[in-house]
Amino acid sequence: MDQTAIHGQLQRAFGDQVGEWHEMKPSAYATRYGSYADVKNVDYLRDVCLFLRDEPELQFDNLMLLSTLDNGDGTLSAVYHLESTKHKHTFALKATVQAGHAKVPSVTSVWTSANWHEREGWDMMGIEFTGHPDLRRILLDEEYPGHPLRKDFKVPEFYHGMKVPY
Amino acid sequence: MPEVLRYPVSRNEQHAPAKVVPAEIVEPRRLKTEEMVLNIGPQHPSTHGVLRLEVVLDGEMVVDCVPHLGYLHRCFEKHTEAMTYPQVVPYVDRMDYLAAMNSDHGYALAVERLMGVEVPRKVEFIRVLFAELQRIASHLVAVGTYGLDIGAFTPFLYCFRDREDILEMFEKTCGARLLYNYIWVGGLSHDLHPDVLSMCKAFIKKNRATHKEVNDLLTFNKIFVERTANIGVLRADVAINGGASGPMLRGSGVKWDLRRDDPYSIYPELQFDVCVGDGKFGTLGDCFDRHWVRMLEWEQSLNILEQLLEKWPQDDKTDVQSAVPKRIKPAAGEIYSRTENPRGELGFYIVSKDGINPYRCKVRSPAFVNLSLLPVVSRGYLVADLIAILGSVDIVLGEVDR
Repeated sequence: MDQTAIHGQLQRAFGDQVGEWHEMKPSAYATRYGSYADVKNVDYLRDVCLFLRDEPELQFDNLMLLSTLDNGDGTLSAVYHLESTKHKHTFALKATVQAGHAKVPSVTSVWTSANWHEREGWDMMGIEFTGHPDLRRILLDEEYPGHPLRKDFKVPEFYHGMKVPY
Repeated sequence: MPEVLRYPVSRNEQHAPAKVVPAEIVEPRRLKTEEMVLNIGPQHPSTHGVLRLEVVLDGEMVVDCVPHLGYLHRCFEKHTEAMTYPQVVPYVDRMDYLAAMNSDHGYALAVERLMGVEVPRKVEFIRVLFAELQRIASHLVAVGTYGLDIGAFTPFLYCFRDREDILEMFEKTCGARLLYNYIWVGGLSHDLHPDVLSMCKAFIKKNRATHKEVNDLLTFNKIFVERTANIGVLRADVAINGGASGPMLRGSGVKWDLRRDDPYSIYPELQFDVCVGDGKFGTLGDCFDRHWVRMLEWEQSLNILEQLLEKWPQDDKTDVQSAVPKRIKPAAGEIYSRTENPRGELGFYIVSKDGINPYRCKVRSPAFVNLSLLPVVSRGYLVADLIAILGSVDIVLGEVDR
């Protein structure tokens, strides 16, 4: 199914909650794998994901990647790259929230692979995925200060009393 | 009536306990035992690196398994934000150090797709040749160390002997044996060494014999089959929903290979089968199937190499750096690019804001996602089986932790 058609179907089902379609131009591959739809109202994210997974025409059964992004203007994004192994089409969603109040609903109940991706997103970017069964840091130490992939992150001078080189 | 307990003493019928009247048998599950927490790792040979598993045990039975990662974490993604696009390549090497060529290929393709760069046909041939050689090298390590985990020492040595030939070809061409920095955005660092094609021809012949030998020694060994068949069964729907990829997914019987389903480079011109598990000795999706898929893929890669040598553009004198852009500065935009690594789907999510360094570069590491299925797969099996399951997932911690 064409990506713009999928986007149209989403807009018919969710109205204004799903925002516009951003298309990438440089190559055909980039158009297929870089374009994304905004989720305007983050509270609807889980419902949108369930719709994408369960609708017989769509059947996005595989969450390829859940990534997080600091937009540099005080907002953070969670990006969902989806794929249907049955219909062989792909789609991407982007949910943007304010950095001071970064809460995005968890989709672990929709795709179990989101579990560790969301833990990494919390660890590295500090997006709190609400409803996640076990939201702990995954790569860094539990006591690590801050979330390193945020653009305003400063490497601490001392860590556990040891001077941090560089 | 007094309760008589019957313990399973041995699998051997001869040593079975004396017969008891059926009415007196009490099922062992009525025994109340205390749960125990066991730490495996971080330094443990079967974790293939530095990984800590916190295992909750009921007797010998695994009730729960919690992996703790991060011992090899270098924050690759933060590093990339301070480097130019070509400078990232050596860091990509160090993620999956057993399949550095494939990782390089994945990254180079991601940036090329973001910029819309086409590379010469000769470069594509060399890339695919090296990617397939690296795939064999990686599967050789996977199969060899899997035998080692389970107690078969000899196949490991045979595998490493053959891997040496592949590394020699890489060394002749680019000077490095493990971490190459060979596949660049838009080209390659060096042209192919003239000896490599003849070496490759000899290697294929030799390696086919090794493939048969490893099958005879390991795959169809009764002890190996007993240790892996019916162990760690992963259902196909669970595998897809959990994001499994590579041999882990195909072992569950899902015919899915990005070289065929989302073709890149010159793979559409090549003939190869997508190998899937079939529950040969046990249940579909068990440890044996995952091992079996690796063995089959190894053979398929040899077939691909043969086809490449047949179709090789012999008199092509194209400079391998002719398509390397003078200035790598993609226009603002983003892309998710994926390739088939020996371990599964390696994806790069790159966001460019019209600068010379990536604004954000996020890696979808196949081993990371496959490892996240370990708790699902290992529940209900014995501790010794947990080692067999972990080995069959084939993780590289450099890539899990990045």
